[in-house]
Amino acid sequence: MRGALVIFRKDLSIEWRTREGVSSVLVLGLLLLVVLTVAHDAPPEAAPALAPSVLWATFLFTGLLGVQRGFLLERENDCLAGLLVSPIDPAAIYVGKLSANVALLAVMQLFVVPLVGLFLHLDLMPVLPALLIVLALGNFGFAALATLFAAISVRVRAREVMLPLLLLPLLVPLLIGTVSATRSVLAGGLALATDAVTVLVAFDVIFAVAGWLLFAYVVRD
Amino acid sequence: MGRVLPAVTCAAMLAALYLVFMVVPTEQQMGIVQRIFYFHVSSAWMAFIGFFLVAGASAVYLWNGSRAADRLAEAAAEVGVLFCSLVLVTGPIWARPIWGVWWTWDPRLTMTVILWAIYVSYLMLRAFGGADEAVNRYAAVLGIIGVLDIPIIMVSVRLLRGMHPAVITRNEGGSGLVDPWMRIALLVSAVALVLLGSWLMQLRARMGRLGEEMAALRREEEARHGEVA
Amino acid sequence: MGDVGIRGAGGAPPPLVAEGLVRAYAGVRVLAGVDLTVEAGETLALLGPNGAGKTTLLRVFALLLRPSAGRLALFDVDARSAPPALRRRLGYLAHESFCYPDLSGAENLTFHARLFRVPAARERVDALLAWAGLETAGRRPIRFYSRGMSQRLALARALLHDPDLLLLDEPFSGLDPAAVETLQERLVALRKAGRAIVLTTHDLDRAAPIATRTAILHRGRIASVLDSRGADDVAAAYRAVVAGGR
Repeated sequence: MRGALVIFRKDLSIEWRTREGVSSVLVLGLLLLVVLTVAHDAPPEAAPALAPSVLWATFLFTGLLGVQRGFLLERENDCLAGLLVSPIDPAAIYVGKLSANVALLAVMQLFVVPLVGLFLHLDLMPVLPALLIVLALGNFGFAALATLFAAISVRVRAREVMLPLLLLPLLVPLLIGTVSATRSVLAGGLALATDAVTVLVAFDVIFAVAGWLLFAYVVRD
Repeated sequence: MGRVLPAVTCAAMLAALYLVFMVVPTEQQMGIVQRIFYFHVSSAWMAFIGFFLVAGASAVYLWNGSRAADRLAEAAAEVGVLFCSLVLVTGPIWARPIWGVWWTWDPRLTMTVILWAIYVSYLMLRAFGGADEAVNRYAAVLGIIGVLDIPIIMVSVRLLRGMHPAVITRNEGGSGLVDPWMRIALLVSAVALVLLGSWLMQLRARMGRLGEEMAALRREEEARHGEVA
Repeated sequence: MGDVGIRGAGGAPPPLVAEGLVRAYAGVRVLAGVDLTVEAGETLALLGPNGAGKTTLLRVFALLLRPSAGRLALFDVDARSAPPALRRRLGYLAHESFCYPDLSGAENLTFHARLFRVPAARERVDALLAWAGLETAGRRPIRFYSRGMSQRLALARALLHDPDLLLLDEPFSGLDPAAVETLQERLVALRKAGRAIVLTTHDLDRAAPIATRTAILHRGRIASVLDSRGADDVAAAYRAVVAGGR
């Protein structure tokens, strides 16, 4: 998986140079959060109950826009072909891109989640460790599928609408799991969330493996 | 061989209709509307068969590039979506007189909607993804991922809080098939719909093949015209 | 320039053997049965009218496209079961540079050096930047490069890992006469050191001096193969093929 690391570092270098991906994802996350919060217009007592759904809806839609970038940048100058001509395994490209997406989305989560606490009058500190676990599981599962389908969507027509169209139905179980787990964690810690966490772990493992195995069929002609 | 499947399908459908509307006794709690249950459940089974076929055919196509497998995957997806739509339509028709609501987010219905959405997105990818042959490969990947999602969907929908608990026991009433004729009717309906689904898939796959042959002929014609000119 | 190691060819399998290669796209046969063998220590120039399939053929050779039918063997290894490591011996130059616009020339080359596990990468990158005339420009993002600079960088990338088989799609395009000469010198040195080179070109004058053989691709097939000759002879043969191939 050395190739994956090389690709991951390269993506980080490019991101460091332009800061385009991180800034757009942070701003979008904030905007979506504001839109959802304002649209609900809940009174302060009712607001905390909204947190799980608002958090994950924001994550999902911001993530959909954020993961496209990883493969769009491989389209310029046909860089993806440059990767395919090299001796690395296509699966390593998947792992590299997946890692980059997880990192990008983690940065977004670190920014958005405290804001959720702020906007919805919720104290997140007591449940922080458990919450971080749920955030990580949701992030990884989302990225596992999104990386695979982002590679597909940049090469088909109707690109902008195709990624959400393909991903959202597949992600519903992840959404159910993360919202349920977040709700349980906010209510009283990880112990209450065991069923949901099991679903998330299963989702993460199944689709990371599936992505690993199927990625070559997407990029190789 | 081409005549057998349609003939057997027709026979099975007639048998099913006869059993469901003439033979089977009216269910005590739910009344006449319960008769839709036989086609509702059978459609669900056929939809699942269709989706598993999509995954199987997609895997074969990725493995050896078989055009027949690709055409079968497309046909199975269309038929699967058709029967899944039937489930989603017959469900509310059944539910409304009994529970008083058209819709509920109970586990089974939620799962059916998600599955329907996954394979509709499969069809949209094939329809709008462009003319590149690679789209067939992408659809195959989606077909396999969709089937992998099924067990996770089944488990995750149980996490949903849903509506009134009493509602959830509804479909368990399906196993309350007291009269032996009810079990027979269900079996015959299932067989009839599976045969119907198979026949539709066969027709659709053949349509796909004819479409490819026509496109090839058209290209040959154009090439020939190009030479003459 | 230097640092071109000698490869012994005695008894080694030919770098490239193609038999009956067919590649169809949307039903159209871009390649309709290509037979070609390339030995070590030769430079094959591939000519053909636009749309003849030169780029497609090179992409098949570079293992980027799978042929619809036919056999391709690189160094006696069947392309269908080629291990990823085989790609270490191939160098491919496309119309696109395969380089990231926001990274500098040096960063792009370093990245590819890592992908190909080039030993002593730093020195190698510096050497090739010098050869390409990009020592100073190598620090700037390639977004700001001119056409000629991008082409030279792309060539450096293709040569970076010292491949045994070079596949170059229009290597001279965008280069000024001095750069053309530098490239020609390099390619001749590589050929003499035992590498195999396949290049496509529109410009007979630039390819003819360094080509040991010339193949003409017409309507997806190799219409004729000529041993090394002057540019005029090749041009005449080319016209004959294109006019007569109806």
